[in-house]
Amino acid sequence: MSEPLSPRKQSPASGAHAALAAEVAALIVGALNLDVAPSQIDPGAPLYGEGLGLDSIDILEIALVVSKQYGVQLRADSSENERIFGSLRQLVEYISAHRTK
Amino acid sequence: MARVGSALGEAQHVLNACSDRYHFTVGLAAAVTLGRVSLLPPTHTAQVTRQLRAFAPDAICLTDTPALETQLPQVAYPCACDVARQDSPVAQIEPGRLTAYVFTSGSTGTPVPYRKSWGPLVSSVQESNRRLGLADGRQWSIVATVPPQHQYGLEASVLMPLVGGHALCGERPFYPADIAATLGTLPRPRALISTPVHLRALVGSDIALPATDLIVSATAPLTRQLASEVERRYDTRVMEIYGSTETGQIAARRPAREAQWRLWPGIRLSRHGEETWAEGGHVEQPTRLCDVLELTGTGRFLLHGRLSDLVNIAGKRNSLAYLNHQLISIPGVLDGAFFHCDESRATHTHVSRVAACVVAPTLDPEQLLRELRERIDAAFLPRPLLFVARLPRNATGKLTQQALQALAAAHLKNDVA
Repeated sequence: MSEPLSPRKQSPASGAHAALAAEVAALIVGALNLDVAPSQIDPGAPLYGEGLGLDSIDILEIALVVSKQYGVQLRADSSENERIFGSLRQLVEYISAHRTK
Repeated sequence: MARVGSALGEAQHVLNACSDRYHFTVGLAAAVTLGRVSLLPPTHTAQVTRQLRAFAPDAICLTDTPALETQLPQVAYPCACDVARQDSPVAQIEPGRLTAYVFTSGSTGTPVPYRKSWGPLVSSVQESNRRLGLADGRQWSIVATVPPQHQYGLEASVLMPLVGGHALCGERPFYPADIAATLGTLPRPRALISTPVHLRALVGSDIALPATDLIVSATAPLTRQLASEVERRYDTRVMEIYGSTETGQIAARRPAREAQWRLWPGIRLSRHGEETWAEGGHVEQPTRLCDVLELTGTGRFLLHGRLSDLVNIAGKRNSLAYLNHQLISIPGVLDGAFFHCDESRATHTHVSRVAACVVAPTLDPEQLLRELRERIDAAFLPRPLLFVARLPRNATGKLTQQALQALAAAHLKNDVA
């Protein structure tokens, strides 16, 4: 029988996630010269299309800065892609799981 | 091809919206063999497909992506299962056969059609095979990051393999890691057909590329610096093509080594004031080019930049006049104008967007952008989009780029303050 996750084990992860989320939001805003403050990006809102309204040119730019900053090379497995760019939160999770820097 | 052909029914005009390059090619081949005309607009927004229906009322849309929304009756690309291989005679297609209409974003807000006949398409591509070094008797594997629907993709990634006997690739890799992976699945010699934006992303990603024997770039100027870096990093040759939707490809150069462009045989350029016109060779009618060219000798020229109305974002072309027309046609917009933003705001991949000022007291930004999305390609959605009380028109009603840029600068400063 497995042990339930203790609350103590969860908070450092979410704290680190919050810091990473702020960092990635700032990276996106800076790289794309968006006229919105990083803190204004709704973590759950879509990045591509609606929500932040990014297009494929932006996605390529984000892939570039993300690879430089975190060493993550994005791949376009089409189902994954919608998930990765589905929201800031999902992008951050992906980076967190795959970063090499 | 026979199954696609019969799926087309009686329609004389086909919007070929297949995203897989192989499907697109079979669709194009089926259409031209049956004497049907393929429609190749710059985007597939709702408004454009409505306009296509006005242009060709019998038009249908051939697609391999079921979720695609267009205003045209859709025909699904048939699945390849259970197709018995048939030997059919090679189609004879006369040079004058109308193969496609390509469209540009004209100043009146309606896409402008240009005829593409079979003969000129083939002859121009036979020349590119030679120019780019693909006529060496080997079968090349050609991978492209560009869509087959645009003139460049049509010529370089669809017709060049067909005419040159090379292998084309159904996929359209996007991320640098995908480009490397796709190249790696194919035998040498390999050619990559791409654009400056993608080449910058490749170099910036620091990724290792499988041995690639030729890299081709087009749609926006490639600097000597980037071309040299790509040649050095990937131990390859970079060739660049110059052309337009209206004329197709008309010149090439090796950008790491030369600044001058060399024209395709038979093409003649002439200057009329600031404008340059092209005719002859495979160019089917005298056509005005959208760039400022300096003629430097027989069949050679230097490129000095775009005419001021032109907008080129990551290789996609549009005109300020067309964009303005779309903006002002939105209900609730009293006045508006697109303009070029400060180039210093360009990104790592050197993409700078186009901005817009709008007078629309009853609309909010989301509504306006939604309306714009229906009318123009997402690449041209304005950044920033500024709501103002009044545009800085002068006494004669004219609006200058400078006045708009000054208004934008003041607005942005106020926001920050």
